[in-house]
Amino acid sequence: MAKLTIPEEELMRAGHMGCLGCGATMAMRYVLKAAGPRTILSIPACCWAVMPGVWPNTCLAVPELYTPFETTGASISGIRAALDVQGQEDVNVIGFAGDGGTADIGIQALSGCADRNDNVLYIMYDNEAYMNTGIQRSGSTPVGAWTTTTPVGKTGAWEKSPKKSVADIMIAHRIPYVATASVAYPEDLIRKVNKALSIKGTKFIQIYSPCPTGWKMDPGLTVKIAREAVSSRAFPLFEVEEGVMTITMKPKKTPLKEYLHMQGRFRHMPRELIEEQEKILDMKWEELLFREECSKNTP
Amino acid sequence: MPQNIDEIPPTPMNTVSSEVVKTGGWRAFKPVCDESRCIKCWICWKYCPDVSIAIGENGPVFDYDHCKGCGICANECPVKCIEMIPENK
Amino acid sequence: MVKDIMTGNKATAYGAMLARAQVVAAYPITPQTTIVERIADLIAEGKMKAKYIMVESEHSAMAATIAASNTGARAFTATSSHGLALMHEVLMWAAGARTPAVLVNVNRAMAPPWSVYADHQDAMAQRDTGVMQFWAENNQEILDSVIIAYKVAENKDILLPAMINQDAFYLSHTSEPVDIPDQELVDQYLPPFETEVKLDVDNPKGFGSFIMPPQYMEFRGHMARSMDKAREVIRKADREWEELTGRSYGGLMDMYRCEDAEFILFGAGTMMSTAKDVVDELRKEGRKVGIARLRVFRPFPVDEVRYLADRVHAIGVLDRTYTFGYGGPLFNEMNSQMYNHGKRPPTKNYIIGVGGRDVRPKHIRGIFDDLEKVSKEGYGEEGEIHWWGLLDGKTPEEEL
Repeated sequence: MAKLTIPEEELMRAGHMGCLGCGATMAMRYVLKAAGPRTILSIPACCWAVMPGVWPNTCLAVPELYTPFETTGASISGIRAALDVQGQEDVNVIGFAGDGGTADIGIQALSGCADRNDNVLYIMYDNEAYMNTGIQRSGSTPVGAWTTTTPVGKTGAWEKSPKKSVADIMIAHRIPYVATASVAYPEDLIRKVNKALSIKGTKFIQIYSPCPTGWKMDPGLTVKIAREAVSSRAFPLFEVEEGVMTITMKPKKTPLKEYLHMQGRFRHMPRELIEEQEKILDMKWEELLFREECSKNTP
Repeated sequence: MPQNIDEIPPTPMNTVSSEVVKTGGWRAFKPVCDESRCIKCWICWKYCPDVSIAIGENGPVFDYDHCKGCGICANECPVKCIEMIPENK
Repeated sequence: MVKDIMTGNKATAYGAMLARAQVVAAYPITPQTTIVERIADLIAEGKMKAKYIMVESEHSAMAATIAASNTGARAFTATSSHGLALMHEVLMWAAGARTPAVLVNVNRAMAPPWSVYADHQDAMAQRDTGVMQFWAENNQEILDSVIIAYKVAENKDILLPAMINQDAFYLSHTSEPVDIPDQELVDQYLPPFETEVKLDVDNPKGFGSFIMPPQYMEFRGHMARSMDKAREVIRKADREWEELTGRSYGGLMDMYRCEDAEFILFGAGTMMSTAKDVVDELRKEGRKVGIARLRVFRPFPVDEVRYLADRVHAIGVLDRTYTFGYGGPLFNEMNSQMYNHGKRPPTKNYIIGVGGRDVRPKHIRGIFDDLEKVSKEGYGEEGEIHWWGLLDGKTPEEEL
């Protein structure tokens, strides 16, 4: 029997409401494998609020608090304070929110939490739109994507605004640990969660989580698309620990077009737009390499 | 499921495992493994979003009560020993 | 017992400290600011063993309070007007999540126009949230109420959050003599917080689940029943507090000289304190008047209102705000409690003190005079609602 590359114990059960091939469920499964049973989750309105199922069912083997949409950053601070005042500092507090509840409506509470440097881990699972309410665009939706509020139509009304870089926003808050991860690389994801949980202070991890329903893609391709997102530079994987940046995966570059064409949400994109976006992503990659080099000199 | 207001808790509390929900009914395709070719790398187990693959003696054991037939296991298998066949209804 | 001179805000902080609040999450807003400052002082001096989360908005303040309460800690917050309004979504959540947190609200006018002065709009607008509401008339009552509110809220049959209201500046920033009860006495009255609605790694549960129509109504019904049960729980808590301290607030309604009263005024907050002084003067003149001061608004003291309705000739309802429907909130609620019940004495609504405008003894006297006139001659052209002292070119001098 081959040695397993990730912990065997499951803290997420079958029977959840996730769509076929849901990246967000994979993200939770891996996060819980890393965090273990002494963990409390705070989940706002998002796909994951519905995922565990209808009362009284739950697919989670750890305690979970469902909170109003924009409050994850505040809620985890409240849980942490209550645990600490009762002497349970060893219990992990993890906020698990979608890109909508983090980059847009939830950014204020997250910023407040990071500002206080409360001892919590904030996970943003990024499926690049408001999926739970039916695929409307979010600040995290990349340029060119079809969503129900950026439909293509006859006027090319696809998403025009660049993908908000929440990781950079969190790096600017100077919290002890910020990372990006992908469901295609569970070993890397789990290592990052473990690293984060070993550090005291506010930690942030953005997990790229494909959504077959919202991205109009074959559900069996979730992992392949997640891999291509990294290799096409659309979603680089890196970590910043105490200001020092490390790019944790440097695969051979693949064409952006191949990544985009596996997803129905990008099928309408004109060639010029794809070329333009590829140039931008390449430039951002160079910038990351440069930051990695510079941060070696960080005091 | 309580049928009377006197039996409900003050706020909903979820304590029953979701395994009671048989999501296998969602399937259009089901995974089948040719165990003779399985190299027991457990990549299928690693990637299953529905926790519906168990590590068996001779290969993956599919939990057909819950497997939704997404096809990730078949696509990721390095030796392509998992095939997605149409679900017989 | 130590006697001190303190403002309503300081009394609030002492109440939270004596109640052994464990987590405080609050955001400053005038005129609540000295509450959070005083709590920060008490924690810094080591007198209060609590975690203070310096949140970035009132919405987050209540969210952190709920989360802390759901994790088994006694949680406290404080705010005022726009902060309370910003918390509105989360107040509803706190009630539905059955978190017995206590919130002290300093009643201040809503903008625009921008005003920091006393007004009841803020709390009245939260009446449908499922949060209990206590109304104080002096600083002693504020301190005592924080402790009593926790006892009521944490009762296993109740488990609803509680809000304690105090008028801006009249109480929050005005010093009065206050007895600070001993910690031992408070500990005897208020045991440590325990609940089944708790996030616990040794007993994992999920909270706040999705619910389908066949199940939702019963959860709201459960809340309504708890709110109804709260009437008796509050009366009992008030009696127990009286046994320990000698102080009682009348349960749900503070009835002052109502026993043989023919005309009473019904209202909340500090203006009722002024009204009580006027009642004493009028009584000396032989008039049979009394004050029914609303001590608890949620749950509504329906039994007390009906009891008074059976006995008086007329009721003047003072509202320090307006519903923009027909009349002020207390006028509306009180009238509807009496509608299907026995005697229905005439009631008249006096909108007064809005935006911090002074409610003076001569105003109260004028209101009693007007009420007696209504009782004898009917409503007249004006009808049931009177904006007292409104500058409309017709206002008599006595109203100014």
